[in-house]
Amino acid sequence: MGMAAESQFHVLAVDDSLIDRKLIERLLKTSSYQVTTVDSGSKALEFLGLRQNDQIDPNTPPVSPGNHQEVEVNLIITDYCMPGMTGYDLLKKIKESSSLRNIPVVIMSSENVPSRINRCLEEGAEEFFLKPVRLADLNRLRPHLMKTKLKDQKPETQENPELEKQELDQIDEHLTLEPPSSQPQLDQQQSQQAVASNNKRKAIEQGLSSETDRTRPRYSGIATVV
Amino acid sequence: MDVGQMQRQWVDYMKSLFMEGLLDGQFLQLKQLQDETNPDFVVEVVSLFFEDSERLLNDLTIALDQTDIDFKKVDSHVHQLKGSSSSIGAQRVKNACIAFRNFCEEQNIDACLRCLQQVKQEYCLVKTKLETLLGLEQQIAAAGGSIPMMELSF
Repeated sequence: MGMAAESQFHVLAVDDSLIDRKLIERLLKTSSYQVTTVDSGSKALEFLGLRQNDQIDPNTPPVSPGNHQEVEVNLIITDYCMPGMTGYDLLKKIKESSSLRNIPVVIMSSENVPSRINRCLEEGAEEFFLKPVRLADLNRLRPHLMKTKLKDQKPETQENPELEKQELDQIDEHLTLEPPSSQPQLDQQQSQQAVASNNKRKAIEQGLSSETDRTRPRYSGIATVV
Repeated sequence: MDVGQMQRQWVDYMKSLFMEGLLDGQFLQLKQLQDETNPDFVVEVVSLFFEDSERLLNDLTIALDQTDIDFKKVDSHVHQLKGSSSSIGAQRVKNACIAFRNFCEEQNIDACLRCLQQVKQEYCLVKTKLETLLGLEQQIAAAGGSIPMMELSF
């Protein structure tokens, strides 16, 4: 039943081990998630579009700048022990970023070290998975994904002038359809910018090919909640 | 040999690998993740494990051959080998790595060298067995049969 709903969830998996990337990718795909894998924390941040000073840009209209990732990536699952930036470092960077901190983060580690687990949970990780991760573990992702899903829908159900979600829906439509001529010019500009950045991102996403997967039906959320 | 015979042989072989502790439940997890959309998943992951292990065993041999051994480096290699063996369910390689890491911490050179030999032995054994198993699976598939996963009663 959850198939259609879950295929809308996009998970970013971070692991320096190729075997473990293969494994987590299969696990997530078997559970009908969209998956992007990267081999380091810094590549994860790059994919998420985290830059220094990305918050204040006078040319960007005040529509939650830089927040598009929140819908683009619904969950991050990262290995703890990696050379360079560890999973813990990545977690901290994400939680320090105003545009990323709402993305749930799950840490995986082959070592069952209570102090490590607590440190990650205190820093804002939602779950800690002992490796090797099994299919049964993935059931624990769902509540965190549902939480963000509900959060994303709020602007739509409230009479909120932010239009964040609607905005994104329009962007998604731009990917597949001609832009509607009635659309205000401002929106078009933004959308085109976003399309450009989406295309850039698209180049990185390998497993993510079909257009339909990317396009978020405007009111799909209602079905997801029920 | 007909398909039925090969399938029975496969079941017996799998069971012996589990009885001997060469493989654990994680290997069955890998099997579960293989389906029509990914018919070669297990072969791919197992091949990666072979490549990874051989590189790491080579690095370990070199690292332990130095006059001034960098135990942090040794430990890091063993840690990686432990990770990949546990991800494919090569239980005895994983266990040998756990023992190895304890001696890294103690900086016990002789014990580390013994552990390296042990890990190499366990790796060679499981590699041979996995190759036989996967070869048998190929024969079954070539003869138009399927892998009788259901007959594995653990």
